[in-house]
Amino acid sequence: MKARVYVSLKSTVLDAQGKTIRSALSGLGYRSVADVRQGKYFEISIEPGVSPEQARREVDTLAQDVLTNPVIETCRVEFDD
Amino acid sequence: MKFGVIVFPGSNCDHDAWYAASHNFGQEARFIWHDEHALGDVDVVILPGGFSYGDYLRCGAIARFSPVMAAVRKFAADGGLVAGICNGFQILVESGLLPGALMRNAGLKFVCAPVRIAAATTNSPFTNACEAGRPLTIPVAHGEGCYYADERTLDELEAEDRIAFRYIDNPNGSLRDIAGILNAGRNVMGMMPHPERATEPLVGSTGGRVIFESLIGALTLAR
Amino acid sequence: MSALTSELITPELIALHQLSEPEYAKILKILGREPSYPELGIFSVMWSEHCSYKSSRLHLKKLPTTGARVVQGPGENAGIIDIGGGYAIAFKIESHNHPSFIEPFQGAATGVGGILRDIFTMGARPIAVLDSLRFGPGSDPQCGARNRRILEGVVSGISHYGNCFGVPTVGGETIFEPCYNGNPLVNVFALGVFKKDEIFYAKASGIGNPVIYVGAKTGRDGIHGASMASAEFTEESKQKRPNVQMGDPFLEKLLLEACLEAMHTGAVLGIQDMGAAGLTCSTCEMGSRGGLGIEIELDQVPQRETGMTPYEIMLSESQERMLLVAEKGREEEVFRVFHKWGLDAAAIGTVTGDGLLRVRHHGDIVVEIPNRELADEAPLYDRPRTEPPRLAPMEAPEFASADLNADLLTILSSGDVCSKRWIWEQYDYMVRTNTIAGPGGDAAIVRIKETGTSVAISLDGGGRYCALSPRAGARLAVAECCRNLSTVGALPVAATNNLNFGNPERPEIMAQLVEAIEGIAEACEFFDTPITGGNVSLYNETLGEGIFPTPVMGIVGLLETRAPLTMNFKAAGRVIILLGGLGSCNEARFGGTQYAKAVLDTLWGLPPALDMEYELRVHKAMREIVPLAESAHDLSDGGLAVAIAESSFGGVGVGAAIELNSLMRPEHLLFHEGPSRILVSTSDPEGVERIARTHSVEALRIGVTVDSAIRVSNNGVELLDLDIASAERAWQGGLGFPASWPVQNAHPWNNSRLFENSSAL
Repeated sequence: MKARVYVSLKSTVLDAQGKTIRSALSGLGYRSVADVRQGKYFEISIEPGVSPEQARREVDTLAQDVLTNPVIETCRVEFDD
Repeated sequence: MKFGVIVFPGSNCDHDAWYAASHNFGQEARFIWHDEHALGDVDVVILPGGFSYGDYLRCGAIARFSPVMAAVRKFAADGGLVAGICNGFQILVESGLLPGALMRNAGLKFVCAPVRIAAATTNSPFTNACEAGRPLTIPVAHGEGCYYADERTLDELEAEDRIAFRYIDNPNGSLRDIAGILNAGRNVMGMMPHPERATEPLVGSTGGRVIFESLIGALTLAR
Repeated sequence: MSALTSELITPELIALHQLSEPEYAKILKILGREPSYPELGIFSVMWSEHCSYKSSRLHLKKLPTTGARVVQGPGENAGIIDIGGGYAIAFKIESHNHPSFIEPFQGAATGVGGILRDIFTMGARPIAVLDSLRFGPGSDPQCGARNRRILEGVVSGISHYGNCFGVPTVGGETIFEPCYNGNPLVNVFALGVFKKDEIFYAKASGIGNPVIYVGAKTGRDGIHGASMASAEFTEESKQKRPNVQMGDPFLEKLLLEACLEAMHTGAVLGIQDMGAAGLTCSTCEMGSRGGLGIEIELDQVPQRETGMTPYEIMLSESQERMLLVAEKGREEEVFRVFHKWGLDAAAIGTVTGDGLLRVRHHGDIVVEIPNRELADEAPLYDRPRTEPPRLAPMEAPEFASADLNADLLTILSSGDVCSKRWIWEQYDYMVRTNTIAGPGGDAAIVRIKETGTSVAISLDGGGRYCALSPRAGARLAVAECCRNLSTVGALPVAATNNLNFGNPERPEIMAQLVEAIEGIAEACEFFDTPITGGNVSLYNETLGEGIFPTPVMGIVGLLETRAPLTMNFKAAGRVIILLGGLGSCNEARFGGTQYAKAVLDTLWGLPPALDMEYELRVHKAMREIVPLAESAHDLSDGGLAVAIAESSFGGVGVGAAIELNSLMRPEHLLFHEGPSRILVSTSDPEGVERIARTHSVEALRIGVTVDSAIRVSNNGVELLDLDIASAERAWQGGLGFPASWPVQNAHPWNNSRLFENSSAL
């Protein structure tokens, strides 16, 4: 089982890197790009033998408490079975 | 006074803080390894600059789980003086001991330069010897020093006179030019500039001296 | 069990390992049999140009390497000199050119990591890094965008690694030439300090002692990086990206602290970092230096990936690893220290008495090679050489300046001369609070807290001058470094060099290399700055295009710790003296100058003439003048006019009014780059003149410092009249990257409101 955690800046927080990438892309002629937000991606492999419920519970907690800084970031968690 | 300088894996201004306190101010200073559970007999704790845990994940994000941080929290809760410099400031906000967050510099580059800051309040053990608004030249050296907090928090910080320092030359895009802040108890302070690097003329500037003098004065008074 | 003959070695496989037929024959003779596949790989990396210096070794012997202060000359991880007071410094320069072209960020970062390990493997704590960087111009019509990406990547890589590790990057040089379009040069210098009686060497000792591996786990990074660095670039090598190693400065910082702590236990007898050729190089070199054998079992090597073959484990260039020999029975003391720092440490073998590098894998012997033959008896070539080729015409073109003010602005804003602040502000140049003079000055100065002594460092490379004459260019580079050091009051004491050249199998390139080495030898002998180590980087060519011959010198000097003498004018009304005089120039000697490059966009003739006797007298005089001077700046790129301008950019608005009486044509007078000259401002001109006289050196009063202007006239004719602000703008903006700070904040609480009442502003 694998978990995927996506962390990105809250929409209210200025993403200086995303903004720079966006303007670079438009400079390169990519006309369809309206906005870019940069984030982080974590791939977490779960120990075999751990129950899916326990894994979900733990990953949800660690994603919120460790991988994300709630002052500026939000996260989204996905699981692969 | 007894200064305790916490050493996390990856701290690299620990020696500078220790040197400033011990050699430039003649105070007792010792290192405290991040694995320790007790701070021992110290009057002030410094969380130094550097790249604790490589600043992997986020600056200061892993260091806040170090065993010593429980002792630092307790020390702060009991009114002990805690100063976080640069990476130490980042650890303090990640720990929730100070509000807000430190983000990537607006210019996206690491900046090492002497900048002018000024104390925004003199009502704290870290700034009591300062003169509000008077420029102090102190170096910054960071890639993620842009102070961020939501409007409500920023208003609250201002209303409670908890902004310790503001930039005159804002090097990183910090909101409201904030260079350093205090907690509600006014005994925990975090700042991005490095006062320990500005305590002797030989290596550039002396703008940081008044911060150490404030601390030493406050502690002497408290005795 | 032996598995030494399991592979079929074909001529193609041998060629793929860049071993020549005679080299392979030598291997057969050493082994008395065919090599195994891992053995072939091991010979290939150890006998590569990068590791064996097979083309240059013969000529490097000409360099002076001994002196009263030299504790360790070439042959170890770094050179060491005695600085008195029971302390010593270790320093060396090393290149990471090829990896930085393929992946600029990681290439430069691991370049910093590698040279730092060379320093702390000897027991020294690194206290300074400087970089000598050469790129293609950002304005190049074809390669400009790529050149800028490489520059940005290299600078961020150095910044990332050095800042995180906690070593200040205190200076260096950055030069732009089209010949570096496809082959940038990244040469990194590092210096560390330690007690003289706590030096560690990379030498195995004591039969039966354990061989311990510490640091990062081994992965498949950089396999054959060392042989890649010894082959010319082709389109194909751009596909070699997976070869580039990834650096982890955090791990390196832990490794530094753990190694120094482990050394203090007394249980460590010898230690070497795993750099190019990784485990191979560290085992056979430590064995060879100790005249001993080393036997290791690869199953014990901490591995990051599964299923690695002996070939891959032995040749991996994973970063942040060290090999050490400990005292038998005290392994636990060593392990305890590394575990405290959260690092892997594993006993992987023992020191033996048979002189062999013996490697086992799952118990089977897969490698068995005599250490000495492998490490020290690499082929040695006296490669054929002709004369250095003329890379430019001897004849000067016709030219006459239309506007000298405009010419000065052009030069000030050109890549080589302009302010490099955008670069060095990305480096933490102050951490450890020893930086007395940081980037942007003639020489960097770091104090040694323990002794009251400071170390000054100057890097300077040839390039343009060397293209015109490798020998003269190399001598000028040595002279310039020593002049830079003397300008800040330091006595030059020792040197390291990084020789960047093209393909040595071409006789004209070989001639450049030999001429440059001989030039360095003559000058280092003369200025009493022995070479204590260095690096040779050959095959710096892309698609048949060679670089300019580029020897880079790093010279260190010593001075008493005190407030530094800086280059900037401090106050109006001071006398300006040109120590060394106006110098001389002719049409041919003007062809390598920045004027020729930036204004005329051409190259011709010869480098400036150097009189080493006079140069040395200028240095001696300058060091005595330091206490009387308010500012001092050495004349180099852009000559007198640029030196005056740069001295005016101190932020206090003090410039100069200069009146000259010379028969030189104005372009030469203002911009010629004749050596042996230093611009001094002083309130005690008589004192300065007196000292100059005792050294038989000219001290010419040429003007006074004034507010806000840069004015120069000759025989009453005005040559230059610029306001400092516009000149400084040109100089600051020359690199073409926007300043990343200060940031104008949109919030109403802005600076002006907060500080409008502040009197000190």
